[in-house]
Amino acid sequence: MTGQHLADRLAFGVPRAAQTWDETAIWVDPARMADVARFLREDPDLDFQFLNSITAVDFIGHLEIVYHLTSLIRQHTAVIKTRLYGREDLSLPSVIDTWKGADFQEREVWDLMGVHFQGHPNMKRIMLWEGFEGHPLRKDYL
Amino acid sequence: MSLRTEPMTVNVGPQHPSTHGVFRLRITFDGEEIVEVEPVFGYLHRGTEKLAEERNYVQIVTLTDRLDYVSSMINNQAYCLGVEKLLGVEPPPRAKYMRTIAAELQRVASHLMGIGFFLQDLGTLGTPLMYCFRMREKILDLFEMLCGARITVSYMRPGGVLDDAPAEFWPALDAFLEGFPSEFGEIEQLVLENEIVMVRTRGVSTLPLDVAINGSVSGPVLRASGLAWDWRKMDPYDAYADVEFDVPVAAGGDNYDRFWVRMQEVHQSIRIVRQCIQQIEPGPVRLALPLVLRPKPGAEAYGRVEASKGELAFYLVSDGGVSPYRMKIRSPSLINLTVTEHLLVGWKLADMIVTLGSMDINMGEVDR
Amino acid sequence: MSGLYQFIYETAVIILPSWTSHLVAGLSIMIILVNAVLMGAAVFVWMERRLIGRFHNRIGPNRWGPFGMFQPFADMLKLVFKEDIIPANADKPVFILVPIAMLMPVILMMAVVPFAQNTALANLNVGVLYVLAVTSVTTLAIFMAGWSSNNRFAMFGAARGVAVLISYEVPVVISLLGVVLVTGSMSLADVVSAQTVPFLLVQPLAFFVFLAGTSAELNRTPFDVAEAESELVAGYHTEFSGVKFALIQAAEFGGVAASAAVIVTLFLSGWAGPASAYLGWLWFLLKVGVIAFVFIWIRATYPRLRVDQIMALAWKFLLPLSLINLLAIVLEVFFLRDASGVLTTADLWIMAGINIVLAVSAIALFGSLISEKVSPNIWQPGAGLPEPTPAVAFPAREVR
Repeated sequence: MTGQHLADRLAFGVPRAAQTWDETAIWVDPARMADVARFLREDPDLDFQFLNSITAVDFIGHLEIVYHLTSLIRQHTAVIKTRLYGREDLSLPSVIDTWKGADFQEREVWDLMGVHFQGHPNMKRIMLWEGFEGHPLRKDYL
Repeated sequence: MSLRTEPMTVNVGPQHPSTHGVFRLRITFDGEEIVEVEPVFGYLHRGTEKLAEERNYVQIVTLTDRLDYVSSMINNQAYCLGVEKLLGVEPPPRAKYMRTIAAELQRVASHLMGIGFFLQDLGTLGTPLMYCFRMREKILDLFEMLCGARITVSYMRPGGVLDDAPAEFWPALDAFLEGFPSEFGEIEQLVLENEIVMVRTRGVSTLPLDVAINGSVSGPVLRASGLAWDWRKMDPYDAYADVEFDVPVAAGGDNYDRFWVRMQEVHQSIRIVRQCIQQIEPGPVRLALPLVLRPKPGAEAYGRVEASKGELAFYLVSDGGVSPYRMKIRSPSLINLTVTEHLLVGWKLADMIVTLGSMDINMGEVDR
Repeated sequence: MSGLYQFIYETAVIILPSWTSHLVAGLSIMIILVNAVLMGAAVFVWMERRLIGRFHNRIGPNRWGPFGMFQPFADMLKLVFKEDIIPANADKPVFILVPIAMLMPVILMMAVVPFAQNTALANLNVGVLYVLAVTSVTTLAIFMAGWSSNNRFAMFGAARGVAVLISYEVPVVISLLGVVLVTGSMSLADVVSAQTVPFLLVQPLAFFVFLAGTSAELNRTPFDVAEAESELVAGYHTEFSGVKFALIQAAEFGGVAASAAVIVTLFLSGWAGPASAYLGWLWFLLKVGVIAFVFIWIRATYPRLRVDQIMALAWKFLLPLSLINLLAIVLEVFFLRDASGVLTTADLWIMAGINIVLAVSAIALFGSLISEKVSPNIWQPGAGLPEPTPAVAFPAREVR
């Protein structure tokens, strides 16, 4: 599903959440991520029941959180992205209430990339041990 | 009459005979019944994603072998598909068929391990496991002919496969396909309708379809819950569009169904390999790509396959350099474990081990 | 007082004072017993490992000695040289007592088994009762092991083991009552001589219950919940190492050998066979080998039952069967015996005919009652498969 189409639908459900879009993806406001997620799942036209993956990419200036989604009934996919600027105390709302499958993936993003997900019931390190310093997948971690 | 009982917390793993690697579960028991579960990971974390940022695109193939070390071919395939999408190239048809054959053989080998260890967890004294290993051994011999390695194969490359199969590979493959059904039939007869297997697994740890979908569960575990969702059908890659196969589904979502779906998928994989042998035609097996690949800056791709454990995907982002800017591995084993709590709470200790066996996780992939 | 004891005593008393001779005779008997059990365990370990190897399509141990026969001794030697670890928080005296308490009942059980004509080490007139009493001590040993180890897996194993052992004691005892009724004596020598027709044929139901009950008491699959390797690491003996582990293993495998001997005595007419006056020991050992093979075969074949299912099997299946067997035997003995209370061989054959029919029908009836209504899956290719559309693939982002 193109970003244009997504933005059109999203304008009904969560107005002004979409920031920009292109052929492959749509960028949304990080603060409204939980609302966007709920709308994406519950809107009958979009129907994104299945969360494929959550990941984060460190672009030095900003971090990009990428959500890959699939609709099992309508059989289309979407890529939702959101940008977080800065290096310290990054956080955005968790989508675990919408997709339980986000549980371990959000913990992994926190562990390795240092993005805190608000509303996640068990936000602690997953791969590394408690007390580990830094977030190793960031570009400035050597 | 009610007895006063106290809950007891036990660490199952990371050193335990049947946690399939270094998996740890903190379980609170009330008697033998499970009241609370917390999975703890990370004992096998090797930082594959970070390592990939330091290697070039061809070198990373060897890293993928070590993710799910019982299905390295499929890991190779997922990664190579990702890189090909990133570059916007297509491998030659013969390479596609070679990949499909290798991946399906690997799926059989991986499912055999899953089936064998599932039955081992049920308490058999290794007899079915040894039967499974005997069959898997022959597949590994075939891989040895293809690429000289048995476990960490590194057989596939972005743009094709390492090399064409040697002449002796094809008769050996035919001989294997000839003998496999009767050998597999032996173990099917032993366990598929065994009374004890049935009472131990039927109706135990059921996973309803909505919970499975919401928990992002994929692969045989999802299909056992009743949805025929297979990326080989839904998003055909390599030669899967040209072959016929069925997607086995079960309705109950219990331990037996998960085990049963794997047993049936083995038959389908053999069917695919047979068709591939008939359809494959001579030709080049590898694109003439430069040794050091440089995708365009800003390109990204999501290379995905239906691995033996579920949806395995490599999300690659390029900055134009010789190595990926970011490589994320969507590992099915880890994400299937999201539903652990739903599956285990309320069941007994003995069922817990069997349920873990029916999930068929691999710690190399969970921890990466 | 048995023949062997008498013989040693009378030989010794020629040169020694009487009390020393008693001592010598007693000690000799003890040495024979302990070695018989340990050798029996060793032979059984070798047999089991070789056979399970064959069941697995492996070769099994074949390095040391002919056909790897000395493998158990090598294992034992290795274990003896291992460090003997006692966990810091273990209950030390109990922990140390456990291997002894495990091995003791097995050795004591062997004492009353007649290996050949007049060769029981002690021909007790309450032999059957004695065997039952002595095997119950294992329950205590298992609980001691679980409790003293201060390990939760061991505690799980001990709790399960005790529950299973106590439950299975009941059908086993009731099934043995039939044997005692027909024999009219509790002495194992009398049980053997009463078997002009092997009791396997006369009371197949009792044999079935006793075999199942014994494999549960010996912790062998499908009843091995107490040491369920894949679940409880090693169950009650998780924390034992070195010599203690070796003794526990010896007790376990010796237990199987001893139980096979008891089963042979009770149901397979012991040492009876052609030329049994001279070759009795040979028939006995052959029969023990057959029973041991059955134990190994079952172990290599079946998955494990869950602990609640094992309990259900004991109380809902084996107990009714043993009661039916007892009732049938009581009625048959009442109607068939002659005025002096003796059963002839012809009577035994009549009983065998009736009881075999009874056994088959009772097992079929209760088997169908207890079996859970489970059915295998039916193959439905691609049911509910939506038609794929190409849009499912994630688009690759290309930058020009």
